[in-house]
Amino acid sequence: MNNATFVTIFYIFAAITVFSAAFVVFSKNVIYSAFALLFTFFGAAALYVFLSADFIAVTQIVVYVGGILVLLLFGVMFTNSIMQADLKTDVLHVVPGTLLLVATVGGLLFTFYTTGTWKPSEVQLQGSVVERIGIETMSRYVLPFEMASILLLAALIGAAFLARYDNVHNNEH
Amino acid sequence: MSIAAISQIRLPFLMGNNLNAWSDALAGLTLSWFPLGLVIIAAIPLVFIALYALTYGVYGERKISAFMQDRLGPMEVGKWGILQTLADILKLLQKEDIVPTSADKFLFVVGPGILFVGSFLAFAVLPFSPAFIGANLNVGLFYAIGIVALEVVGILAAGWGSNNKWSLYGAVRSVAQIVSYEIPAAIALLCGAMMAGTLDMQQINVLQSGPYGFAHFYLFQSPIAWLPFLIYFIASLAETNRAPFDIPEAESELVAGYFTEYSGMKFAVIFLAEYGSMFMVSAIISIVFLGGWNSPLPNLGSVALYDWTSGPVWGAFWIISKGFFFIFVQMWLRWTLPRLRVDQLMYLCWKVLTPFAFISFVLTAIWEIYVP
Repeated sequence: MNNATFVTIFYIFAAITVFSAAFVVFSKNVIYSAFALLFTFFGAAALYVFLSADFIAVTQIVVYVGGILVLLLFGVMFTNSIMQADLKTDVLHVVPGTLLLVATVGGLLFTFYTTGTWKPSEVQLQGSVVERIGIETMSRYVLPFEMASILLLAALIGAAFLARYDNVHNNEH
Repeated sequence: MSIAAISQIRLPFLMGNNLNAWSDALAGLTLSWFPLGLVIIAAIPLVFIALYALTYGVYGERKISAFMQDRLGPMEVGKWGILQTLADILKLLQKEDIVPTSADKFLFVVGPGILFVGSFLAFAVLPFSPAFIGANLNVGLFYAIGIVALEVVGILAAGWGSNNKWSLYGAVRSVAQIVSYEIPAAIALLCGAMMAGTLDMQQINVLQSGPYGFAHFYLFQSPIAWLPFLIYFIASLAETNRAPFDIPEAESELVAGYFTEYSGMKFAVIFLAEYGSMFMVSAIISIVFLGGWNSPLPNLGSVALYDWTSGPVWGAFWIISKGFFFIFVQMWLRWTLPRLRVDQLMYLCWKVLTPFAFISFVLTAIWEIYVP
């Protein structure tokens, strides 16, 4: 693949990501926002591929599209009044909001321009990353890994407990 | 000149016997600036899906179901009804493109598209031959499992966009089913990945090749491998909404599930997506457990059946015939088994398949560590 094709494909995916993200925010219809999120996640996954992070890209699809987006869609579909556009907060703080936005964007741009290490690495990544990720999670990062699994287990047990058929409660009625 | 000598001759186009020789050659093909080769690589699986869905998918399924029920099937158009598919396409093309007035126009149109893209994207990592693979990712198997998630969103878009109770019920059932059965399916495939020690689809195939043919396949390499094989096969039926797990489109309850409102070409696209994912899961099961493009015939002394039936073209033949065999089994089951109820479906997934998948995972790990 030559450079021009590479750049073109990159900009196509970048455009998909940015425009669908804008659609998520500005759409008046919540369900359209939720579906537009699919393209945002998909575009972000493609951008990971451009950073040679294939594994993270696929994980992004599995976790965000397969898990979070589906959950979100179900959540949105169960909400009342999806089709009405009048989902607006009563409280609007324009000045503090703008200040926060300017501060965040300014801070990000400042970091971007002052830290000068945004060059492509000289060394190309060789071979498969999957083995290295596996070895690193099982050696250096084994404690965070186990903590995350305990957290997920607790969440699972909690979900099963909440969803359980309540015998006592049903007998009362 | 013996048969072995003939198989040694390579046409100039075939460019040797190297891994991915064809797809690498195609990827380098550009028309001035336009990457023509990449487009051709993407088009090959698409053409394949279309051809196979038209012949084997539509006509084959009708004939097979007819023979199973002691009927004749389509007989009117052409001899033995061979041209029936063409007649069907003509009918579908002529049909008016109806979008229900109360439907959500955008989601109704975009739903089948996302569905088809979701099932088609997995074909990027299917090695169709030792010399051809769309994208030789080092996370190929993980990608193939994960990309199904896109189909889920497509089904929800179609079901919601139709603005029909049956469609929404079908979509919700389908999504619940696909999301649940992804777990035993992924763990079962992980057993195969563990035996290979890689997620690279092409590498999984290479590791299963050897002069004894089928004896090198992972299904026959460990005494536990039949268990994940079976679990993945059952789970893949559920993931593709095939019987006996076809409650999302249960005709007797929900008309046609999430595609009740679709007609004409949109209906055809939904069916193309279904046939695409049927071949996709069949190819994955044959790659992980049955050697993919490797020939199952062993070398018997001087009768070198394995050597004669190996090579890029033979590889394509083997993987496609293995895939077609599993599609045949899927069709066979469809006309043999009754449909499961929703609670039975969830029971089977969470209380039978998932625990057994974990057991097979642990046993495979023990086998791989302690038995050389």
